[in-house]
Amino acid sequence: MPLLWIVIAVLVLGTIGYVLGRRRAMASAEGDARSLHSLPNYYGLNVLLFAVVPALLVLSVWLLVQPVVIQRQVVNMIPDTAAQSAGELSLVMSDVRRVADGLDRAVELGALSREDARTIRTEFTNVRDRLASIGVALGDEVSSDVLRAAQRYRVLKTTGTIAMDAVVLLLAAIGLGYAYARTHKELRARNVVERAVLSLLILASTIAILTTVGIVLSMIIETRDFFRLYPWQQFFFGTQWIPSFEGGSELGLIPLLWGTIYITFIALVVSVPLGLFSAVYLAEYASSRLRSVAKPMIEILAGIPTIVYGLFALITVGPMLRDYFAQPLGLGTSSASVATAGIVMGIMLIPFVSSLSDDIINAVPQSLRDGSYGLGATKSETVKQVILPAALPGIVGAVLLATSRGIGETMIVVLGAGAAARLSLNPFEAMTTVTVKIVGQLTGDTDFSSPEALVAFALGLTLFAITLGLNVLALFIVRKYREEYE
Amino acid sequence: MNDMRVLERAVDNQDLKIAARDVDVYYGTTHAIKSVNVEILDKTVTAFIGPSGCGKSTFLRCLNRMNDTIDICRVTGDILLDNEDIYDAKVDPVQLRAKVGMVFQKPNPFPKSIYDNVAYGPRIHGLSRNKAELDEIVEKSLRRAALWDEAKDRLDQPGTGLSGGQQQRLCIARAVATGPEVLLMDEPCSALDPIATAQVEELIDELRERFSVVIVTHSMQQAARVSQKTAFFHLGELVEYGDTSQIFTNPQDSRTESYITGRIG
Ligand SMILES: Nc1ncnc2c1ncn2[C@@H]1O[C@H](COP(=O)(O)OP(=O)(O)OP(=O)(O)O)[C@@H](O)[C@H]1O
Ligand SMILES: [Mg+2]
Repeated sequence: MPLLWIVIAVLVLGTIGYVLGRRRAMASAEGDARSLHSLPNYYGLNVLLFAVVPALLVLSVWLLVQPVVIQRQVVNMIPDTAAQSAGELSLVMSDVRRVADGLDRAVELGALSREDARTIRTEFTNVRDRLASIGVALGDEVSSDVLRAAQRYRVLKTTGTIAMDAVVLLLAAIGLGYAYARTHKELRARNVVERAVLSLLILASTIAILTTVGIVLSMIIETRDFFRLYPWQQFFFGTQWIPSFEGGSELGLIPLLWGTIYITFIALVVSVPLGLFSAVYLAEYASSRLRSVAKPMIEILAGIPTIVYGLFALITVGPMLRDYFAQPLGLGTSSASVATAGIVMGIMLIPFVSSLSDDIINAVPQSLRDGSYGLGATKSETVKQVILPAALPGIVGAVLLATSRGIGETMIVVLGAGAAARLSLNPFEAMTTVTVKIVGQLTGDTDFSSPEALVAFALGLTLFAITLGLNVLALFIVRKYREEYE
Repeated sequence: MNDMRVLERAVDNQDLKIAARDVDVYYGTTHAIKSVNVEILDKTVTAFIGPSGCGKSTFLRCLNRMNDTIDICRVTGDILLDNEDIYDAKVDPVQLRAKVGMVFQKPNPFPKSIYDNVAYGPRIHGLSRNKAELDEIVEKSLRRAALWDEAKDRLDQPGTGLSGGQQQRLCIARAVATGPEVLLMDEPCSALDPIATAQVEELIDELRERFSVVIVTHSMQQAARVSQKTAFFHLGELVEYGDTSQIFTNPQDSRTESYITGRIG
């Protein structure tokens, strides 16, 4: 039975259980819902949960475990020589699976009978041709060991699946029966459902956390491999970035980090004043009509894909800065420059700063404003002396979040500042950032055992550490701010 | 408490400080204040009493144009401060609020040090020539708000770290420090214990020597204790206004009588 069907079957059982459970609860209360411990729906849900949850849990575990078990069994049938000639056991195993799938398909299309599929031997049939005739292409001639292993694989898989179906359905039925039998007006079905909801929530957050941990772990493992091949001192303190895929690369972090910091700094110089001032204007001065129009307009900026900002940098801002600033000042002739990327990134960050700051400024209690106005302060005095100091920690948090957003930005940098790693103070020179180089090292044909490719993971981990640090700092500050009111 | 004190403190000043003529206030379409006429005397404590929602705070906020900060609020009629219409175009509401200070129902100290809280107004309005003068203003204001003894050793600590009652006295000190001519107080004692309340009442009595005080209160006893004039509001109307002793002993309107004897509220 295909997987979808078994899931549907379990769900159908669950639904039946829901109806039955509800009805039984009502019957035990003699039709008066008020004498039930919980609302009637909870009794239905209780039975549904007992029928569905254990069955689906077993199903998913089974699906994970079965392939491993089958593989163990089949591997024994492959002689060591076959594995050696193919170079790698896993390659033989994938052959086995492909042949098994081919046989499945042949049976499905009627090119082979079930019986034949189980018994054909390479000695009598050219399996490769038979499979090719129904559109299953195999690279090599099928050896008799592989064919036999494939046949065994099919048998194990079929029995395994049948057993799985049986167990899962049985479990669903048992769960249904058990919960149904327990259904009685005294049963605290509501609490059972509450616990089920709780476990669902815990499950969801566990998955989110485990994913984060998994990502970090995989980065750490790859980074460790990189540092086996390349000394960490040269990575962290090297001032040259000259990767060459023939070996002998210089993979110094410093120029990339410098580019990242320089561009992000310019971006903040642009976005913090603009964002903050527009937030103050919107929160304190603008009428609510204007606000309801202007705020979404600014937030549209946040919805523009960064590649579009990149194009803007490439064809508008870059040439403009070159023609009106860099060339007249004799500072360079490149349209790709730190200033270009920084300014455009700054524009991108405006809504981050302004929207968060706006919320934070609005969270400053009205009573503080009243207090200040009541003493004869003007609006700007109130903003400067009461509102901004009160909102400062939150605003710092907003700026830090914008910073980590800027540090992680790639597209604007590629198109705005180019891809040349350089250590320079001139804002009109092309430079590049960590993220751009990560992309650069991993595009094209990459050999994941060379330091030139693995360095991407070290760069990624470094970046992750920096942004994580900033985010933690931001969270810390924001939390401190929260304690101040309420 | 000692209600007899009312009789001892007759109004001893007849100079007009604030005159309100036919004042109406609307919040959007809600008619919150209906054609109120009232004359507030200089160097006098005037109490506004009335059931919750009758418009006491709204009217109080008209007197220093705090209602300007509420978008939907509209005020019509004339309010004269020293015979000048405060809603006149040439009056600067900011300047006005320096003259007509306000203490709010909920203590609202700024998240600054105690010192900076009190020094806020004097700094904004440039009332001191040097640090020593500012120190003096701060100390004097804190003393008048009966907070000096508790706060003198922690002037550099945040005002938000004080207890609710101390915070309210800090707000009073803050308002006093600006040197207003009129002080509006919206239920200043609702967060205070009886001792702090007594101190604030004493302070109000003292402030009367210099300027006129308008106080909103829900406590009849408090109104009787501290005020010389009492205005009774009901559903947005000024029902009765007169000497406190007269309002409490011999109310003219039956609604006033029902309210002060506890039958409406
Ligand atoms: N900001 C506002 N927006 C709209 N309506 C308001 C606003 N402030 C007050 N009102 C309305 O105006 C009327 C008077 O309110 P006000 O706060 O002046 O009453 P109050 O006498 O001070 O009451 P309390 O004794 O409870 O403080 C009420 O009906 C209230 O709903
Ligand atoms: Mg009020």
